[in-house]
Amino acid sequence: MSDPTRPGRPTQQTAPNDPETVRPGEGAAPASAAPASSLAGGLVCPIPLSEYPTVQLAHGGGGRLSQKLIEGMFVPAFDNPTLAALGDGAVLALEELAGAGGLAGSRLALSTDSFVVRPLFFPGGDIGSLAVHGTVNDVAMCGARPFAISAGFILEEGFSMEELWRVVSSMRQAAADAGVPVVTGDTKVVDRGKGDGVYINTTGLGLVPAGVDVAPHRARPGDVVVINGPIAEHGIAIMSVREGLEFDTAVETDSAALHRLVADLLETLGPAVHALRDPTRGGLASALNEIAGQAGVGVRLDERSLPIAEQVRGACEILGFDPLYVANEGKCLAIVDRERAGEAVEVMARHPEGRGATVVGEVVGEHAGRVVLRSGIGGERVVDMLSGEQLPRIC
Amino acid sequence: MKYVDEYRDEAAARAVVDAIRRLVRRPWTLMEICGGQTHTVIKSGIDRLLPEEVILVHGPGCPVCVTPLELIDRAVEIARRPEVIFTSFGDMLRVPGSASDLLAVKSEGGDVRMVYSPLDAVTLAERHPERHVVFFAVGFETTAPANAMAVWKAHQLGLENFSILSSHVLVPPAMEAILSAPDNRVQGFLAAGHVCAVMGYWEYEPISARYRLPITVTGFEPLDLLQGTYMTLRALEENRWGVENQYKRAVTREGNRPAQDLLGKVFEVCDRPWRGIGVIPGSGLALKPELAAFDAARRFPATGPPPEEPAECIAGEILRGLKKPHECSAFGGRCTPERPLGAPMVSSEGACAAYHRYGRTL
Repeated sequence: MSDPTRPGRPTQQTAPNDPETVRPGEGAAPASAAPASSLAGGLVCPIPLSEYPTVQLAHGGGGRLSQKLIEGMFVPAFDNPTLAALGDGAVLALEELAGAGGLAGSRLALSTDSFVVRPLFFPGGDIGSLAVHGTVNDVAMCGARPFAISAGFILEEGFSMEELWRVVSSMRQAAADAGVPVVTGDTKVVDRGKGDGVYINTTGLGLVPAGVDVAPHRARPGDVVVINGPIAEHGIAIMSVREGLEFDTAVETDSAALHRLVADLLETLGPAVHALRDPTRGGLASALNEIAGQAGVGVRLDERSLPIAEQVRGACEILGFDPLYVANEGKCLAIVDRERAGEAVEVMARHPEGRGATVVGEVVGEHAGRVVLRSGIGGERVVDMLSGEQLPRIC
Repeated sequence: MKYVDEYRDEAAARAVVDAIRRLVRRPWTLMEICGGQTHTVIKSGIDRLLPEEVILVHGPGCPVCVTPLELIDRAVEIARRPEVIFTSFGDMLRVPGSASDLLAVKSEGGDVRMVYSPLDAVTLAERHPERHVVFFAVGFETTAPANAMAVWKAHQLGLENFSILSSHVLVPPAMEAILSAPDNRVQGFLAAGHVCAVMGYWEYEPISARYRLPITVTGFEPLDLLQGTYMTLRALEENRWGVENQYKRAVTREGNRPAQDLLGKVFEVCDRPWRGIGVIPGSGLALKPELAAFDAARRFPATGPPPEEPAECIAGEILRGLKKPHECSAFGGRCTPERPLGAPMVSSEGACAAYHRYGRTL
């Protein structure tokens, strides 16, 4: 369905139709990119649009234009001394990052993820903020405190410089809000028609404090599965603006950085937190199947206690989707000691991204490797891994 | 959610299950016609709540499943043509033909697009006069009116670059085919509520009378299915037949007259092959001769010989309710949703796929 003549698919319902109405740097942020504060501080797109309204192959060629893009756009946007040094890589002082507790016993966590979402801008977020949240969360799910991320951009020749600026501004805001700096990066440009406007890879580094041990294999019978809020929102938000499949809904992506919530959980519950997982692609069902498989345990869910927003349920009913398999970008599954489950819910609920925290299931000794759901009317079924993507049904 | 939660209420469901337990004195085999109903039965675990005397077998009402392999190959062939924009509902894209599927064609550079409505395909044709837009018109009486509407609209607009690859099938002839087979074991039907919302249920009255079996028009929520099962069993236990309507909130005896009129304007009844079953006389809808210009099969004639189905697949017995999916030697091993050997493993509404997905392996 890609249309190479329209790189970036500039306007969906979420973007201003006329690029003239919101010019980067004039103070107002595009409605969907980030909160209005994202461009606060008078940050102005430093690449003169009149000169290069679109990305040129030379912007990735390592020469003068590359330099202009890096020094003119990326460095001021992500504004931190490590990046500004413009070395071949970032050099970080670990002792400083470890803080008062010191480095002894702590371990390094490293996670990478590539973002190829389409459309680039969707209700409640965009590829830029998603690229920050996704990797920050992956690092956090290791039990680590993320302290730096890298950003690799693969741009398509002809991609609008203005849209690139919107994406970069949104990333900048997300990184600033998360307190995780973008310390190094890379830019490449591919021929027109060989990309979808922009792809972003982010890699995150974090420190796992001494004594923290979260891993799927630690899930054991008797544990309880806690989630920080309603599921399936990201997937439905994206689906609602997919080209040719648009439908009206107020559902927004749940994309959010969860490292503070996770840190709080680990600090409060300590070793009672056994495993963490963010149920992104493949949804809750796939994440729990992975844990069940890795730990050699069974997981039981109760359909009636699954948190799903009314609008999301409605959209799933119409599309023939099972919300258990729909993607999330701001959700965290915590497998915790049964006795501390109530506390886990309370800790999550202290954070804005954990207001809907609730218990969704339990770990059991039976049916090892499988997830079983008790249906609303009291029947039972296996919740399997999904084969391929969910597709809207005929009837 | 309103109009959904009421039909998934555990206490109400339990009450109906208890009523069924009190009612049933003999073993009975019922068939739910529609794949959507099969899906609900397995997904909500109804089959495990019913007393063991009651066996639900799963009917042929999955449009993806019964679409002949030959037609899928045809779709693949047409979608590969450079001038064609091939449009389809989402779940037909993954259905494997004998050598390829529509998603693979897309990955090879074919212009294959998913739409929610056939009318979107007509809009595409209006917007791209330089291309030819084909819509894969699959389904039962439920989807036929919208597809008829698309053809009618294209006809009114005078579009010459729109056509449909039609594989429409009709429920009543398939029910008769099942009942008239010498090895039939179906004693009562849960008729497909959505089909009846369009066609009404007067068509089923002669079938019920001829074969002396009860037919209950049934909805798709768990409580609908439980209640439909109860009503059918009650008729059987009381030695009655006839057509009853469980799905009163959507279905009348006459059905949707404007939709039926439109079907009559665009389509005529034809013989149609069903995947896994074979040709059933009078069981399909074909475009009327005066609308033949909108027939993609005529516009793009087949080039190769018709393909053969894998011999191991017992789809025919499953679609006629003679066997359960896990009774097949290939189930879950050589035949999975990723690599289906036959029709019912293909679509999420197919009985084999539902059994596989929801873990009914034992």
